[in-house]
Amino acid sequence: MSDPVHAESEAFHTEDMTISMGPQHPSTHGVLRFIVKTDGEVMREAIPDVGYLHRSIEKIGEKVTWHGYVPYTDRADYLAAMFTNQAFCMAAEKLAGVEVTRRGEFCRVIACELNRIASHLIAVGSFGQDIGAVTPFIHALRERETVNNLMEEICGARLTYNYIRIGGVGYDITPETCGRISEFLDHFELIVDEYNRLLSYNKIFIERLANIAVITREDAFQYNIVGPNLRASGFKWDIRRDIPYSVYPELEFDIPVGTGEKGTLGDCYDRYIVRIREMQESCRILHQCLKMLPKGPAIAKVARKFKPPAGEIYVRVEAPRGDMGFYVVSDGSEYAYRVRIRTGSFTAMSLIDKISRGLMVADLIALIASLDVDAPEIDR
Amino acid sequence: MQAFVDQLIREGYFPGLPKEIIYLGAMLLAALVVLSFFVAPLAGITSWLERRVWARMQSRVGPNRVGPQGILQWLADGIKNLLKEDIIPSAADKWLFVLAPYIVFVGFLATFVVIPFGSQLIVADLNIGIFYLLAVTSLVVVGILMAGWASNNKWSLLGGMRSAAQIVSYEIPAGLAVLTIIFVAGTMSMQGIIKAQGWAPWDWFLFYNPFTFVAFFLYFTAALAEGNRTPFDIPEAESELVAGYVTEYSGMRFLFFFFAEWGNLYVIGAIATTLFLGGWQVPPVTDNPVLIGVLQFMVFFLKAYFWVFVAMWVRGTLPRVRVDQLMSACWKYLVPLSFVSLLGTAAWMVLYPKGNRLASFGMFLMGVAILLLFFKRVNYQIRHSRPEIYWKPYI
Repeated sequence: MSDPVHAESEAFHTEDMTISMGPQHPSTHGVLRFIVKTDGEVMREAIPDVGYLHRSIEKIGEKVTWHGYVPYTDRADYLAAMFTNQAFCMAAEKLAGVEVTRRGEFCRVIACELNRIASHLIAVGSFGQDIGAVTPFIHALRERETVNNLMEEICGARLTYNYIRIGGVGYDITPETCGRISEFLDHFELIVDEYNRLLSYNKIFIERLANIAVITREDAFQYNIVGPNLRASGFKWDIRRDIPYSVYPELEFDIPVGTGEKGTLGDCYDRYIVRIREMQESCRILHQCLKMLPKGPAIAKVARKFKPPAGEIYVRVEAPRGDMGFYVVSDGSEYAYRVRIRTGSFTAMSLIDKISRGLMVADLIALIASLDVDAPEIDR
Repeated sequence: MQAFVDQLIREGYFPGLPKEIIYLGAMLLAALVVLSFFVAPLAGITSWLERRVWARMQSRVGPNRVGPQGILQWLADGIKNLLKEDIIPSAADKWLFVLAPYIVFVGFLATFVVIPFGSQLIVADLNIGIFYLLAVTSLVVVGILMAGWASNNKWSLLGGMRSAAQIVSYEIPAGLAVLTIIFVAGTMSMQGIIKAQGWAPWDWFLFYNPFTFVAFFLYFTAALAEGNRTPFDIPEAESELVAGYVTEYSGMRFLFFFFAEWGNLYVIGAIATTLFLGGWQVPPVTDNPVLIGVLQFMVFFLKAYFWVFVAMWVRGTLPRVRVDQLMSACWKYLVPLSFVSLLGTAAWMVLYPKGNRLASFGMFLMGVAILLLFFKRVNYQIRHSRPEIYWKPYI
């Protein structure tokens, strides 16, 4: 205590505050929990604590038949259920060597891209809400409601679709629905401009997001960031283009990447604007699909007692939260021997601690929102 | 008010009672009347209107069930909150926890003493009126800090600390903007400030010189921040701090905070109206004192309520700023700007001791031009926004 410098530092010694953020917190997108250590408003660390929404979806895959598992995959990511459907069905088809009908493939792409728009609308809208602007959130949900209506017309469900089946799709898309989809697209392309005027180019919004929580390309590779979050870091990687599946090679579309237009490459704003642009690209894909939709059956003939030969397979699709992979092992029986799901949000969670150090509490919210993590997809 | 009570005493209405008791009774009665017949409906209806306006901006419907267009929704909410269980967290500091909402509420309610609704309609025309206003509104921060601390919840504490930093910082530009007007008016009495202006817009202090024009916007921005309104609502930022300092409150105690917040919106509008927009001044259209009184009240009320609407509009549009951005906006931009406007006004008064009528008129025209430009923009946005697709139900 005789050392005055030491005494002073003792006097100014402050303790970090440990806050449990979640599982009941308005902006952790479901039931996520972060153990946050802060020095006042500045974060020391934010450790994600996952597992509050674990429903053993992977284990259920070993207990129900191949056909019967499709509705369970809906629940793995209920904001983008079409993609989990598709990934699992593709795995089963590849194992059994089932050829999907051409009309079935197009129906799948139409449904998936509509679902991508719906999912990105939630991402963009809830981003706005997490930043404090509630109006864009409600406007985004309003458009999502229209997409849900379309989905209801296509497959009878609004959230967990169970539409894509092994060998094709459950119900054919009628010409009337096609008309409504193109009517929606004409409407929606202009709505995106409205979002841009209301939110994207708002000064406060840009100030909040630009240069915040930068994920460099190296970090993104090391932590296995996928999907729009990876593209926002400037790397042009899209499963639809690079490991093509379904009829995507026949379609023409761009892959929007982050350019750091308002700040640094890979900041929150890039992750936001990439999603806005992806919605526009989805519109382009949908227009082409509606034009190219061939005639024929929507689903191939598949045995009711589906028994793929023994083997293992890993398939990937480009879901709204990035690379969605299904690893399925078959032992030739009625049940899958093993099902494992790889999701984009789960790997994104591991990055949060590294990126969030030194940010403010409000920036952590922006970071979580910009990564578009989704609790059901993390825990499965 | 005091003159009226004195007159009653002289006419012998209260025989044998000491003067102090009579004054106290009169004060309590006046407070009761003001609270239950003006402030409560005002705050309540503001809450309903905010929800309706906000809902329309978000293409929703909003509360429309209780009473015509849902106008009695605030009564239903109040009754509901009164009937709720009164929860005090076991870890909370009980006394401070109970006391905090009342301090916030008193800080808000005490402002109504000096708000001039008409040339006769004021509870007390204090000679330090505007100074008193700044003082009592600062009481709110004590209550909020108390609530944040007493809740014994980390989110509440963060909210309370944010609020303290924010309100104390934004007092400075708000105070300096007010000081600009005190310079011009030469008085701190609310009635005196209004009487120094005229009914015509070019006689308002808003258009007195370019510096007061800036001071008005400085005041409104700072007042929004002091009132914890979007885009400065960081103390209760629901997406960051759960609910900030009100996280642990429920039922009627919770309501008191929001009662004060919504009522405070009107107070912001009323102060802006008094200082910059000519208050209750009406053109000389009639000699009937009752009619003039009614007209004055209506003019004042509408002017003040317009700014309440603007605050709602802002809330429906803008995202929230971050804490450090909020502070830097205050200290780097608002405080220097308000000093400039203060010194500029002082210089202007040296140059033109009687004011410059031509400049006022020019400022007024500029204001009209800005307003027209603004509405042109709004019109553009409205014309280019698209309504929801509506299809006939499929089944």
